[in-house]
Amino acid sequence: MSVGAAKIPVVVTEVVEVNSLIKRFRFVREDGGQMPGFSGGAHTVVEMDDAGTRRLNPYSLMSDPGDRSGYEISVRRDDTGRGGSAYMHREVRPGMKMLISPPVNLFGLDLRAKKHLMIAGGIGITPFLAQMAQLDAMGARFELHYAARDRELGAYMPELSARYGDRVHRYYDAEGQAIDLTTLLAGQPLGTHLYVCGPKGMIGWVLKTAADLGWPAGAVHSEEFLAPPVGVPFTVELAASGKTITVGAAQSLLEAIEAAGVDAPYLCRGGACGQCETHVIACEGEIEHNDHWLTDDQKAGCRHIMPCVSRFKGAKLVLER
Amino acid sequence: MSKTDFGPSIKSRPVYGVLTPRPGSSHLIVADGEGGAAVEALFAQAPEMKAKAHLIYIPGANGTDMSTAMAALGAGQYNRAPTYASVRSRIVKVLGDGHMGLQVYATGTESLMGQVQRDAMEAGLPHDAVQTEHRGSLARRVQCVHCKGITENVTTDPFVCSHCGLNLFVRDHYSRRLAAFQGVNIDAEDPGEVPPAEERFK
Repeated sequence: MSVGAAKIPVVVTEVVEVNSLIKRFRFVREDGGQMPGFSGGAHTVVEMDDAGTRRLNPYSLMSDPGDRSGYEISVRRDDTGRGGSAYMHREVRPGMKMLISPPVNLFGLDLRAKKHLMIAGGIGITPFLAQMAQLDAMGARFELHYAARDRELGAYMPELSARYGDRVHRYYDAEGQAIDLTTLLAGQPLGTHLYVCGPKGMIGWVLKTAADLGWPAGAVHSEEFLAPPVGVPFTVELAASGKTITVGAAQSLLEAIEAAGVDAPYLCRGGACGQCETHVIACEGEIEHNDHWLTDDQKAGCRHIMPCVSRFKGAKLVLER
Repeated sequence: MSKTDFGPSIKSRPVYGVLTPRPGSSHLIVADGEGGAAVEALFAQAPEMKAKAHLIYIPGANGTDMSTAMAALGAGQYNRAPTYASVRSRIVKVLGDGHMGLQVYATGTESLMGQVQRDAMEAGLPHDAVQTEHRGSLARRVQCVHCKGITENVTTDPFVCSHCGLNLFVRDHYSRRLAAFQGVNIDAEDPGEVPPAEERFK
């Protein structure tokens, strides 16, 4: 069970190949009504029925928050992943009916900022597309620094430059270009908020550089959805429901709980939001904490687990679920 | 944790810490009264920050004046001011011209720390980016919720609003936007039935 309203039945109206790795999808409501309003940075969880396997993947909404006629997402195909993005690329076509969740924002703009500085890496551009449309409509001050592997993979770069002009700065790894982060961050006027979305290494680099330069934590925002890692199958006891389940190699613990017919809370399914936090009653072995939510102390304590991305190795794991 | 024990209170009541040197391109330090001692302690921890520090000192409303010691600390820039109101435009200018990496420190009375925090917030910094350390007087800056006038250096509860003359009960309910505690009329239902004023905020 996700928190909040029921799933939204939608029809896929557009599938566009943006480049060799990225496809864009547009969803409109099956009943023809308006989509729920959202703010830049929000995501939706797309439900997929992949030959009997139920997949629920979060994707940032990239369309203009002012446009409630539909939602758009961009999906980068990950050939080594568990199969959600491959399914979106392979199976989803215009006219297909799907279920998506109402929007949830874990990466919202802080509108008290005097200026918004955005740093994107690759497919991490998607939440910024919606945020820039929102800020532009408000007349707010923003600047985007967007790095991609090469010109072919820099999705939406020409469109962004055309729309926002010199507020958009593009960098191509293949051409030896890189963001001069220290100079960029040191030169920002007081009251700037920093946002970063991209690969793990980039997020870590930006957060560390900002902290070293004295940026306050409250002015720095990041988002990284983790895909649940594959691993060795393991067995879990669910104390409240009296069931013992096995989590498959390519299955997440949350998915296994759901497959056993047990209602479990979730929102992001990517280790970021904290909604699925579950108490551990007994643990003989080692929990592989893969989330961004629990503190290091909590991770060391073996009393909590985030079933959306974390796994277990050992003799016995009992959860209060 | 604050060195001053304010006793248990509601969540709205501000809490303060102990000033700690942080990495930064420059440092704006504002102190009043006994807060000067916290600045001395801060510089003692990190003498290298002095060159990049702008120190503003306001003698306390209670008479405590550490200006001589403050002037001798060796801050890159030092200003003494008679009141916060008199130096506010300078502080707003420093914040307005500042870049991210500027660290803001405020120490002394709650009134001073609250006003520095308010001006930093207006400059776009998150409220918790301002480091604070309480020193000296517990006198409060209180807004009359009826006439909206602010009375500085309130030491007793209840007190008489310096603007509209109502008898005000001083709450722990605090506004970061106004940098003031809230004062509420104590004898609205039975005019004249006012408990004796106690010196609660010496």
